[in-house]
Formats: sequence, C-alpha cells, structure tokens
Amino acid sequence: MIIYGVYIVSKSGGLIFNHDHNIPRIENEKTFSYPIDLVLDYDPKKVSVVFGQKDGINVGHVLVSINGIMANGGTLEDGRDVKAVIEDANNYPLNLKFSRPRMTTNEKIFLASMFYPLFAIASQLSPEPKSSGIEVLEADTFTLHCFQTLTGVKFMVIAEPHQTGLDILLRRIYELYSDYVLKNPFYSLEMPIRCELFDNKLQALLEQVEKGTTALIEK
Amino acid sequence: MSRQTTRFDAKKVNSELLTLTYGSFVTQMLRDYENVDDVNKQLERIGYNMGMRLIEDFLARTSATRCLEMRETADKIQNAFRMYLNVQPTIANWSAAGDEFSLIFDNNPLTDFVELPQDLTNLRYSAILCGCIRGALEMVQLEVQCWFVQDQLKGDNNTEIRVKFIRRLEDAIPAGED
Repeated sequence: MIIYGVYIVSKSGGLIFNHDHNIPRIENEKTFSYPIDLVLDYDPKKVSVVFGQKDGINVGHVLVSINGIMANGGTLEDGRDVKAVIEDANNYPLNLKFSRPRMTTNEKIFLASMFYPLFAIASQLSPEPKSSGIEVLEADTFTLHCFQTLTGVKFMVIAEPHQTGLDILLRRIYELYSDYVLKNPFYSLEMPIRCELFDNKLQALLEQVEKGTTALIEK
Repeated sequence: MSRQTTRFDAKKVNSELLTLTYGSFVTQMLRDYENVDDVNKQLERIGYNMGMRLIEDFLARTSATRCLEMRETADKIQNAFRMYLNVQPTIANWSAAGDEFSLIFDNNPLTDFVELPQDLTNLRYSAILCGCIRGALEMVQLEVQCWFVQDQLKGDNNTEIRVKFIRRLEDAIPAGED
C-alpha cells in the first residue's frame, strides 16, 4: 500500500494538519542549445512547460534551476530574469532543470477548504435521504478516503488507486489524534496541529501500513 | 473488541493516584480563589474543556454512533464512566418526557478520602464531572444541563447527577450527518 498524504480538516473547514508521504520526486536536467525547443510559460510565480514534452520533461513541469542556479519564480537567485536569460542566444548552451510542481502550503489550505463544500453538496445531492458526504473519491492516479467523526473533524488519506483497508487506517489516525493531539495541554482546539509526538506516531503508523495491511491490527 | 480491552488494561493506573491529584488540585484552587462559588465555577469550566477533548478519545475507542434518543445517550455516558473512572453509575429517575435522568453512584472515586470541612458546605467537590458531561455532549451537538442532586460528601446516601436534555444544536451538526 502506498500512501501519498494525510490531511485533517477541522469542524469549521480549515486545514489543521497535512503530511506528505512518499511522493516520488521527479527531476530532469538537460542541456539545451539555442533556440530552445520547449514552449515555456513565464508566469511571475513559476516558469512552466506548456508544450514540447520530451526526455521526461513533461507539460506542466516547472523550472527549478538554470546552470545550477536556483530559479525563484520568474527570477533567478542571482537576480537575473529567467525569461531574459533563456531568450539570450549568448548564454547557450544552458543547463535547465525541471521538476513536477509541488503544492505549496497555501494551495493545500485552498484545496482543503474546497473539499469541505463538495463534501456537503454530495450529501445534499443524494437521492436517498440521510446520506453521508463523500467517503471515497477515485481518480486514475489516486484514491481519496475521507472519514468524518461525529464531532465533525475530517480525516483524509490519499493513496494509490483501488486501495482497500484505508478505513481502518483512518480510524487509527483518529485514535492517534485523540491521544497525541487532544491530550496535549498546549494544543488549542481548531488550531493547526504542531505536535511532534503526533508526527512521529503517524509516521510510524504509515510505515507499518506500507509493509502490509495485516500490520494494521498491531498497535 | 478484544483488542481495545487489552489496550485499556495496559494503561490502567491506580485510582488513588487520580483521587489524590484531584484532591490537591481542588485544595490549591480553594487557596487561590478564596471563594467557594468561584471554585465551583472554575471546576465546572475545566471539566467542560476536558469533556470537549475527551469525547474524541471516547469516540475513537468505542466506534460509537450518533445518539438519536436520550436513553442511548445515557447508556453511553454510563459506558464512559466505566471506561474512564471504572465505576458504573445506575441510570434511574427518568422524567415522564424521557428528557431527564439521573446517574447514581454508589461510590465516587474522586471523593475516596475526602471529608468536607464545615465551612465548605457550598463546595461542589466533583463539579468537574458535570462540566465534563456537558462539554462532551456539546461536541456531539447535544445541549444538556447537568447538576448534583445528592452528594455523599454532604451526608446523602448516594451521589446523584441529574442530566437534562435542552436541545439539539442543529446548526452545528456536520454536513452529511443530519
């Protein structure tokens, strides 16, 4: 079983915890000569590939560095503009490194608060009365399992597709949450979870789960 | 279920430890506030905050489902007392409307070695329990009132906590649950 991430959303819909687990980092470095055979989109926040996928550099990947100098959005770390560097023929050959974009914390908070109304809509759209909200969401590259407690806290696990047995994992995470978060006197309810013990226990649990589902039963 | 009971046994502590800790806690508060009514209020408030957190622990361990009826709630409260204090209160004195009941304790572990001095007859020594019940039920969207009717510390035969259902907090019920 491969787990990609764990998210906890509070009763009021805010993301209070997220943990990325085991996301493969795809990075590709290649030396280009002028003119560059990729179509790039120069956004002030990131430079991404729009067209011209090849050698593992896919559409959607973002520029990480030029000649080993990190790119920070549209500018390089040494202050030069990315677009100017790439379009200047005198700079070539250029060594460009691309990688799959990673979600920033802000984007995660945004997505978590987006899932909240979706969950509520699902329960209202239901043809049967008294429906729960979304419990499983499947896509071709992942499944999202959501467990809402009676008090309204949502636990979400993102795993590889067609994965079963995640409901047990969610219950175990709930137990960890009630032990290591709520019994921590310095944690105030509804606030982001910054408890090292919880992180450690969760990490251990996920590792145990990845070794095999039977290990779930053991504490 | 066997897994949960074994896990519980492993975490058992002597109830005297709790009794003494609670006792020193109450005496410290009496020293700090010098006013019995304030202490009653604070104990209740602390219990409320504890209940709000403890309910998650209870739900995570018992996989309890939502109560749609007061008798179910009473059963679960009884169960919770067995889990957390290892005492099983009797449920009695139902009101005709079924919205009010009593929890009767033959003994209350919080008061094991306690005698109330003459000048503290107003002190509700175990008020933390009332707060706890109220806080826990509020997190599962039930508003209740909770108070002591009898107290062994004050010479009664039993300790009796009365629980009265006020209303369901409809707007707080999470989506997909109502």
